[in-house]
Amino acid sequence: MSDWVDVCPEDAIENEDVIRFDHAGRTFAIYRDADGAVFCTDGLCSHEHVHLADGLVMDDTIECPRHNGRFNYKTGAALRTPACVALATYPARLNAGRVEVQV
Amino acid sequence: MALDQTISVPRDYSLTGPERDRALARGLAAAEWYHSDIPRKEMKALMARSDQPAIRDTLLWIVLLAATAAGGIALWGSWWALPFWLAYGVLYGSACDARWHECGHGTAFRTAWMNDAVYVFASFLAMRNPVSWRWSHARHHTDTIIVGRDPEISVMRPVDFARKALAFVGIPDAFVHFGILIRNAMGQFGPAERDYIPEADIPRATRWARAFVALHLAAWVWALVSWSLIPVLLIGGPRIYGCWQMVMTGLLQHGGLAEDVLDHRLNTRTVVMDPVNRWIYLNMNYHVEHHMFPMVPYHALPRLHALIQHDLPPPNPSIRHAYAEMIRTLIRQQREPGHYLRRILPPTARPYREDLHDADAVPQRPAT
Repeated sequence: MSDWVDVCPEDAIENEDVIRFDHAGRTFAIYRDADGAVFCTDGLCSHEHVHLADGLVMDDTIECPRHNGRFNYKTGAALRTPACVALATYPARLNAGRVEVQV
Repeated sequence: MALDQTISVPRDYSLTGPERDRALARGLAAAEWYHSDIPRKEMKALMARSDQPAIRDTLLWIVLLAATAAGGIALWGSWWALPFWLAYGVLYGSACDARWHECGHGTAFRTAWMNDAVYVFASFLAMRNPVSWRWSHARHHTDTIIVGRDPEISVMRPVDFARKALAFVGIPDAFVHFGILIRNAMGQFGPAERDYIPEADIPRATRWARAFVALHLAAWVWALVSWSLIPVLLIGGPRIYGCWQMVMTGLLQHGGLAEDVLDHRLNTRTVVMDPVNRWIYLNMNYHVEHHMFPMVPYHALPRLHALIQHDLPPPNPSIRHAYAEMIRTLIRQQREPGHYLRRILPPTARPYREDLHDADAVPQRPAT
């Protein structure tokens, strides 16, 4: 398993929101749920090449900004067409006021 | 080469012809589109979902459908029934389109099953396969008015005016759509449908088509058994006698505007409309805004319009104005298919994306 990678201060992501994080030539989406816990998935919708960080977080779902496909960002599961293929998920944590991911 | 020195070749709007390869080769498929800038905080507020506006509008819709149908039946045989049937027709055959559209996007309600339930109901009224049209509309948003890619281009150049006029009474649209449902019910899907529907969804699309065809046939059987027109005026018929408002608003969405561009300000039209048409149409008159930000629910589109209007061409001030503008353009396109209406942006707007536009997209050969 790779090392933890620093993303941002924890207050850079609001609860029930998402940001884009680019690292080592890849792009990820970093989420906080309503309780402030952090999660990480691939950054692009599995349906088409669209950044999920421009989408809408509702409860445990992220909705793609172009076609409204939905995923559970905690499990990566595709919930609504046109999204059919699950997102890869990655470990994420809060550590000393910073968001870190293992990608 | 100047446009007036060439003769344009009619374009192939199919999804399986040379225009598809051309769009792919030019990077027009699934491309990055222009977006007006909106701070994330404001965008989140605009995207926020709520059940209440759509519950209110859906209840009103159902109550009006029931009341006008009841009035039409109660007054059957009298001319007083006519306004009830005319209103019922529009509520069924036109209002279904916007409900189908909004619930298909999943933005009308916050609660998923409510979107799905109204989506299927509206799909039935509109005679659309709820599975295949969901995929079709996703493609329309990916590749809006990209020739060879978008399956929902309703105004093709040069436009057939007679055919468009007949569309206001559902001809041949209602018959074509019912024919598609029958074909789908037999498990038959054409090359264009298979271009945007995943194979795994074909059985589900077949089942829905069978259910919809069965319901329509049941209405015909009911009409024959009762020897009355009322069953077909209630079910299916409004797709013919009540679709005019859907056609009227739908043609304005992209008619006469650019093809093969990656900026919705060039290929989509926003029109100021009266409250009744806006309610039937669920605010889709803010169509540039909808295409630029499809996650914004219909009830938030006026707020979105206010926020980004400095970056958009001025909206048409009325349906009449928009039609005058569009028809002039469509007439000119009879002679110059490469011509399109290009609105002037306000000084506060960022320039149009000029890297791809359809002045050079229309296949042409030199004049001889």
